[in-house]
Amino acid sequence: MAKKPVNFVLNGRDISVFVEQGGNLLDELRRNVGDMTTKYGCGQGTCGACTVSVDGELKLSCLLLAELIDGKRIDTTQGLAEGPDIHPLQQEFVDGFAAQCGYCTPGMLMAAQVLLANKPEPSREEVAEAISGNLCRCTGYEPIIDAILRAADTLRRRPVR
Amino acid sequence: MSSVEFRKDLFADERRDDLNEVGQPTVRQDILGHVSGTTRYYDDHHFDGLLHMRCVRSPHHHARIRNLSISGVENMPGVRRVVLPKDIPNNLNTLLSLIGFGRDDEPLLSAQKVAYKGEPVCAVVADTERQARDAVAAIQVDWEVLPHVLDVEEALSPGAPVVNETYPENTFDYGRFDHQKLRFGDVNQAFGSADHIVEGQYQMSPIEQAPMETCGAIAAPETNDRYVCHTATQALFFSLGTTAKLLDLPSSRLHFIGGTVGGGFGGKVDSITEPMAVLGAMLTGKPVKFMWDREEEMQVGAPRGAERWRIKDGVMRDGTIVAREFTGFFDCGAYTRLSSYAIQKCAGHLPGPYTIANVAANVYCVYTNRTPATAMRGFGVTGVDFAIECHMDKVAEAVNMNPIELRIHNAYRDGDMKAHRRSAKNTALIECCQVVAQKARWSLAPDYNSASSKLGGGTQGRALIPQTATDSVGKIGERRRNTIDTSPAKQADGSVPEGQASEVLTAVPPQHPQMQLEAARVGHQLNGQSTGAEASAAGQQQQLQPQVRDSLQQTATDGASTVPRQTPDVSTTDAPLSPSTTADAQSSNPAPYQPTQRFSKGMNRPGVSRHLINRRRR
Repeated sequence: MAKKPVNFVLNGRDISVFVEQGGNLLDELRRNVGDMTTKYGCGQGTCGACTVSVDGELKLSCLLLAELIDGKRIDTTQGLAEGPDIHPLQQEFVDGFAAQCGYCTPGMLMAAQVLLANKPEPSREEVAEAISGNLCRCTGYEPIIDAILRAADTLRRRPVR
Repeated sequence: MSSVEFRKDLFADERRDDLNEVGQPTVRQDILGHVSGTTRYYDDHHFDGLLHMRCVRSPHHHARIRNLSISGVENMPGVRRVVLPKDIPNNLNTLLSLIGFGRDDEPLLSAQKVAYKGEPVCAVVADTERQARDAVAAIQVDWEVLPHVLDVEEALSPGAPVVNETYPENTFDYGRFDHQKLRFGDVNQAFGSADHIVEGQYQMSPIEQAPMETCGAIAAPETNDRYVCHTATQALFFSLGTTAKLLDLPSSRLHFIGGTVGGGFGGKVDSITEPMAVLGAMLTGKPVKFMWDREEEMQVGAPRGAERWRIKDGVMRDGTIVAREFTGFFDCGAYTRLSSYAIQKCAGHLPGPYTIANVAANVYCVYTNRTPATAMRGFGVTGVDFAIECHMDKVAEAVNMNPIELRIHNAYRDGDMKAHRRSAKNTALIECCQVVAQKARWSLAPDYNSASSKLGGGTQGRALIPQTATDSVGKIGERRRNTIDTSPAKQADGSVPEGQASEVLTAVPPQHPQMQLEAARVGHQLNGQSTGAEASAAGQQQQLQPQVRDSLQQTATDGASTVPRQTPDVSTTDAPLSPSTTADAQSSNPAPYQPTQRFSKGMNRPGVSRHLINRRRR
């Protein structure tokens, strides 16, 4: 099958690749582009380990056809850090022991990032709702929710750059 | 933030509080990698020209393979190699063979028959995952469907289909018996004098560990004629040893990299994906990934096995449990994996954290046509603890007692003799119960509030191994001929005097001459390398005795060891890892295997890859 040229912006970087028709974005990001931060957990859209942001909207990259992302802006955990410093969201995950095996963490962070971008002051219920599509088998949900709430607090307080 | 509360008032004199790390919050050393997404799990290692491997799996619980047709498949687009059972040099293994426990019973790819749904029979290596899937779908298998058995007790009935030909009784062998025995005191006599008999049956379904990252491995040829293998395993050296054995490679040709696991919970110790990936790399000369998808993870990923328990307690009116009898069935699925060991761990744990004067247990490791079971978080203990604690509530109801008080009343205390013949130390059940009662605002009678694990234990009648009634019901082979009650026998046919443990404390691995005979009996071939067992036997036995005698004296407290020793007929436990001990071995009981040259001269064991014999470990 002929491959299809696709151009998109990944974490602020222009990417041009030829993608397999019918292939999913997760495989393309991992194998073709080399961004390993999105993870394969189920391949059927149930676990959330492959969560990415497409034009600011949460998407499961395992269910998204790679050929459909032409011209879009993709954000993954790879682009979360701010230069040499980790993002406050990541810092709160570190401080609050909100990662155990770490496999769900990149997906969780993307879900949290998109939530905080749209809603800087979420309630606990809203945070729980926002990460409800992301499974954590180490079942560390409480520390994760705490970390996201604290990060929201930090982000609100810091001066606008 | 933390919900952990330290009760430093308890056992303050048994603990040092000047430690820098214990009890202090700390930052995980790997967490920066986790939050930045840069932690490299096995699948995050990129190889140019990576090939993908997929398995053809059985759609049936139990079936014979009449024919496997791969014609045309090798010419399909992208297909590099079809891997068949004959490509595997030593296509029979059991995980614990690496520590010399149990017989090889499981093929990596099954050539003759399948014993569970999802068992692999061949594999395809192709350029892309999709091509591998297409090729797998094109392979035709002619199945002869066999009757299957999915229930542990049905599997024990005389007419049940044989699941695993290595163990034709559908049970793992524990010495001479088809079950693990535990005998402590005389339960039948105690049942006769008890005020109440409380019985219950409890069971637990299989539980899938369901890690976020599915099981898998990537292997690639490396320089120096080695293979590198990035794996999700939780047991790196188990996986390395198993791969070396199955593929008949010296372990020095394997370079295993692991330790970064995307959730394991016990489900990643079975060492199945690594040999497959390395085999693929050997046969194609290319990097090969063998990764389960989620469906495989759920269907063929070994779960915590199902368990069924029957508990019978003899209880006095004041709540004292005087006798407890267990009949337990572990559903180990089609192959042994680690269930044999889980049962020994379980038997050592009975009757739970309680001091009960008379305990008997028969625990069965049963083969059924279900997915093989393996480790998961406290396996061997979790299921039976669930049963025990449910049963404690039932007992409390029967004697009309506060269930927490009942637990404190029967709790083990420091110095008490446990059923596995070790004195209890550092017990804390009473204190846990008191704290729980306090938190739950559940009032306890003053006596129970002031009880302590350090008080009242090790007294007359609690510190000694009681006189123990033994029986020899349930020998291997009996159950196929007639239906035998699975519960501990009602009639004893032997007795062990007070203060004595019953049999030899030694690992009895298959290289033990007796076990070799056992293996020969079922037609299993062991590599005929000398084990050194015979040569070292007599001398080692002599040397061993004083230590064993010392430990026995410590355990049995003063006076007990002066009783003349006889080796009784029946063991409490008769297999490796057994905690029970005695000083004398009967002449009919062959001396234990003692490695004479521990690790220095390689691993001289039957079943070990020939490349390892007399090789030094590097």
